[in-house]
Amino acid sequence: MKPNSIHKSIINIFFIILSLMFIIPIISIISISLTNENDILEFGYSVIPRSIDTIAYEYIFKNPKQIIDSYKVTILISVVGTVLSTLFMLMCSYTLARKGFRYKRILSFYLFFTLLFNGGLIPSYILTAKYLNLRDTIWVLILSGLVNVWYIFILRTFIQGIPESIIESALIDGASEYRIFSALIIPLSTPAIATIGLLNLFGYWNNWMTALLYIQNKELYPLQYLLQKIMMDIQAVIANMDKLPREVIEEMDIPSETTRMALAVVTAGPMLFIMPFFQKYFIRGMTVGSIKG
Amino acid sequence: MKAKIKLKSRVSTNRDFQLLILSLPVLLYVFVFCYLPMAGIVVAFEDYRYDKGVFGSELIGFRNFEFFFKSDSAFTVTFNTLAYNLAFIVVGTLLSISVALLLNEVKNKTAIKIYQTSMFLPYFFSWVVVAFIVYAFISPSYGMANSFISSLGIDTSNLYFSPPIWPFILLFVGEWKYLGYSVIINYTVLMGIDSSYYEAAEVDGASKLQRAWHISVPFLVPITVIQIIMAVGRIFSSDFGLFYQVTRDSSMLYSVTDVIDTYIFRAIMNPSNSDVGMGAAIGLFQSLVGFILVIITNTIVSKVNKEAALY
Repeated sequence: MKPNSIHKSIINIFFIILSLMFIIPIISIISISLTNENDILEFGYSVIPRSIDTIAYEYIFKNPKQIIDSYKVTILISVVGTVLSTLFMLMCSYTLARKGFRYKRILSFYLFFTLLFNGGLIPSYILTAKYLNLRDTIWVLILSGLVNVWYIFILRTFIQGIPESIIESALIDGASEYRIFSALIIPLSTPAIATIGLLNLFGYWNNWMTALLYIQNKELYPLQYLLQKIMMDIQAVIANMDKLPREVIEEMDIPSETTRMALAVVTAGPMLFIMPFFQKYFIRGMTVGSIKG
Repeated sequence: MKAKIKLKSRVSTNRDFQLLILSLPVLLYVFVFCYLPMAGIVVAFEDYRYDKGVFGSELIGFRNFEFFFKSDSAFTVTFNTLAYNLAFIVVGTLLSISVALLLNEVKNKTAIKIYQTSMFLPYFFSWVVVAFIVYAFISPSYGMANSFISSLGIDTSNLYFSPPIWPFILLFVGEWKYLGYSVIINYTVLMGIDSSYYEAAEVDGASKLQRAWHISVPFLVPITVIQIIMAVGRIFSSDFGLFYQVTRDSSMLYSVTDVIDTYIFRAIMNPSNSDVGMGAAIGLFQSLVGFILVIITNTIVSKVNKEAALY
């Protein structure tokens, strides 16, 4: 065998093993959620289910109120958040990319500085919870992460790539900046909008930190936080199991192992599903950003 | 002849105003959520009471800082934070560069796409979901990895309560989540390298290893340096999700898994004894030191190679 072919095979084997290390854990969650509970109690978790049982999903959707609430909240904040975020950031990036704008440099610095220094968690928490009174509102979920300065710089780089002549002719025609933005910049930026929009969507969908800090009202629990809360509650119960009288334990409706995994699948599912289709947009967005926005 | 409006000249003040309006939402948001909290830094120097608020609480100078630095945990959490971050920087950089270089050797386009997509998958899950996956592997009674771990001689009856293996678990899981992301960035840079460089080197008799080291790696330096500078600026912070979710916030593990961020979090969330002032003090410490480190590192880097610096 030529040295080259051995070389190639080794590399491919390496990557196959590596890829499996990523794929198998994810598949496991799905398969555990579909496994018969008794098989788990007897054999433990396994990658491939011994017998398929959709009972976990039936259980979740039998008492769906909490899940539906959480899905509603998550979808609402994701859509509204993504639209507002992408729009506002694009507007700002346009001004930063606009040649001749008097305040370009100072505003760029104003934004860039926040990447280097911030006040920390506590001042933000005090501001949001106490002074802005945003606890247990849907707004705190939307406002958190509405603006991301990295993305603004990425969008700016993108807009700088738009040929000047297009803007020039609009100026000759006497178009206002608003008009230039809406009629020219937006249509010409669709790839960038797609990338940043998707990154935003993904950020909103997966955010659990905001809810952890500010949300107590069950009806406002986003999906990820719901998932986490259930896990934590179960932990607390299990940790104190020996201290509780038997009757109490039997009364409690502890989601079984499979149900918990099913919940994880239901939570992560949409993003997992979207991801392969839009992968190339994600990649494009990230690479532009990391090569100095 | 119609005067041609040159873009390079100053725009009219009316246009400046319009542009300001366009950027207003962002400017306002950044003011409220990034700059206003900076004023809250004063809390670090107060004995903060919830009912008295930021302006009513008593100023106590550096006492919050003293309290933290003299506490038993200060050393542990600071050490943990720094140790994990250094480990991530070193291991992360080595892994992402090596894997990217190896990926560059794969010629089959479909294969490349499959490998990239798989590596990238974990990036799209929240830490909550990743914590579930970890749980599926090491849960006391049912974990899938337990038989393997037992064979290494480690007790699996309750890994969530036994510290020693956790730094490795956290390092591994952290890399698992982000490797795909770093590799894609590096790989994109590698893709842009003109193949004539490699061909010329091959003609001159350079081995694959030499070609990688002398051609590919130098191209990766600027972007790696930027990432390291940014990482240095965050050296006293941590990826909260990793240390809070994956560990299930298990107090038995704090000696090896507690980092500054989780410590602050518990300090403020503790309903009976919330020490907000100290939390703010530590937060200020993190931001300030991070800021200074970024400035220093960036200055050093730009002296060496202006192109590679952050700004």
